[in-house]
Amino acid sequence: MGKRTIIPFGPQHPVLPEPVHLDLVIEDETVLEAIPSIGFIHRGLEKLVEKKEYTEMVYVIERICGICSFGHGWGYCAAVEGAMNIEVPDRAEYLRTIWHELGRIHSHLLWLGLLADGFGFESLFMHCWRVRETILDLFEETTGGRVIFSVCKPGGIRKDIDADTLSRMVKTLKDLKKDIKELTDVFLNDTSVKNRLCGVGVLSKADAEELCAVGPVARGSGVVQDIRLAGEGKYDDIGFEPIIETGGDSYSRCKVRIREVFQSIDLIERAAEMIPEGEISVPVKGNITGEFITRMEQPRGEAVYYAKGFDGDKASRHLERMRVRTPTNMNIPAMVKTLQGCDLADVPMLVLTIDPCISCTER
Amino acid sequence: MSEKKYKIQDIRNIAPVDLLSQVRDIKDDGYRFVQLCGTKKEEGYEILYSFDKEHVLLNLRLIISDEDEVESITKEYWPAFIYENEVHDLFDITFKHNALDYGGNFFKTAEPYPWK
Repeated sequence: MGKRTIIPFGPQHPVLPEPVHLDLVIEDETVLEAIPSIGFIHRGLEKLVEKKEYTEMVYVIERICGICSFGHGWGYCAAVEGAMNIEVPDRAEYLRTIWHELGRIHSHLLWLGLLADGFGFESLFMHCWRVRETILDLFEETTGGRVIFSVCKPGGIRKDIDADTLSRMVKTLKDLKKDIKELTDVFLNDTSVKNRLCGVGVLSKADAEELCAVGPVARGSGVVQDIRLAGEGKYDDIGFEPIIETGGDSYSRCKVRIREVFQSIDLIERAAEMIPEGEISVPVKGNITGEFITRMEQPRGEAVYYAKGFDGDKASRHLERMRVRTPTNMNIPAMVKTLQGCDLADVPMLVLTIDPCISCTER
Repeated sequence: MSEKKYKIQDIRNIAPVDLLSQVRDIKDDGYRFVQLCGTKKEEGYEILYSFDKEHVLLNLRLIISDEDEVESITKEYWPAFIYENEVHDLFDITFKHNALDYGGNFFKTAEPYPWK
């Protein structure tokens, strides 16, 4: 039996874009246990509801994450709209759906680049991020921002997209498919890449369910779970089926995200065809009371938004509580499980394949 | 047209003493644990537990005093350790029998906590 050693992994590590710390208990080159700890970038954003009115708070919530900021803004607005019984115009819901799927493409391409960087394929990393720039250009053209968009507000959206711009967006995305296909074929078919992903970090369907995994981590293990099936947005109308892979390994998680990139392009195309004319927002006035809990399918998985106003005489323009539970929170237990028994050299790959977003997790 | 699933708001108030038995029943019914969150009230705290089955949420709400300790649900749902440690560190609520208790060291912040 080898000697047991504890290796600190992170919070600063070349493979980690954000700080998370793992104590890896190893014996020889095998990881026996991984103990996570967080809190290095806790910003207390939820507590800011005490200082910001519910109409201003959307700007704070968007800043939870620089990758899925649109989805966070939408989730917050949906929770507020639910608490206040506000019906959002159809056109606004379609545009929210389009921007949300654009965010998914951008997030998955960013992750694919980080994965390539993680296994040392630098040119592949650069190409992924080159293609991603086109998505950011589309965001900039339609919202004015590349990272923080500020187009969602309680009651609808702030900016419309005209028909010409929408059709140009769809054409750009269709043209981009060829580039993305070339890139993703490398992830799916290259022997050296497959050697790093296939059979590594297997999470069985039973374990994924027991550990309450979400998003591509759960779907890569065969769990049919996607909040777009029953959540906000126009997914019912445009037609949506979740992407499921059954391998449960790092390759399956990668494949789910790759297939979702193409699916998101198709969803945007259908939404652009079906979008109705009309208003993009309704006025929202007065104090906020009541409570509402809702969920969004962010690129990394299910995110929960809970808005609660003060009751009775205490009702004001401030929320009593705003809670955001992000997907990485839910995938840390699954990550800890897949790390048990893996080779030390595979730890960076495994940590990456849950697509951890620590800014989201800590808020 | 039937109501969309996400609009169903099933929030049940329960007594702290009933928490474990309720959670056990929920687990037996095949629910997935989604989240728990704490809210500071004028007197004590409110804790909201959420569970999912077929994309519909079931929520349990507990009201506790400042001194109360809460039974951990990690025996039924191990991933809840993340939330119980988070709520302990940020709100100073103690969870008894937590399967993975960080002893107040889960969050590492520059400012002292908990914030009340």
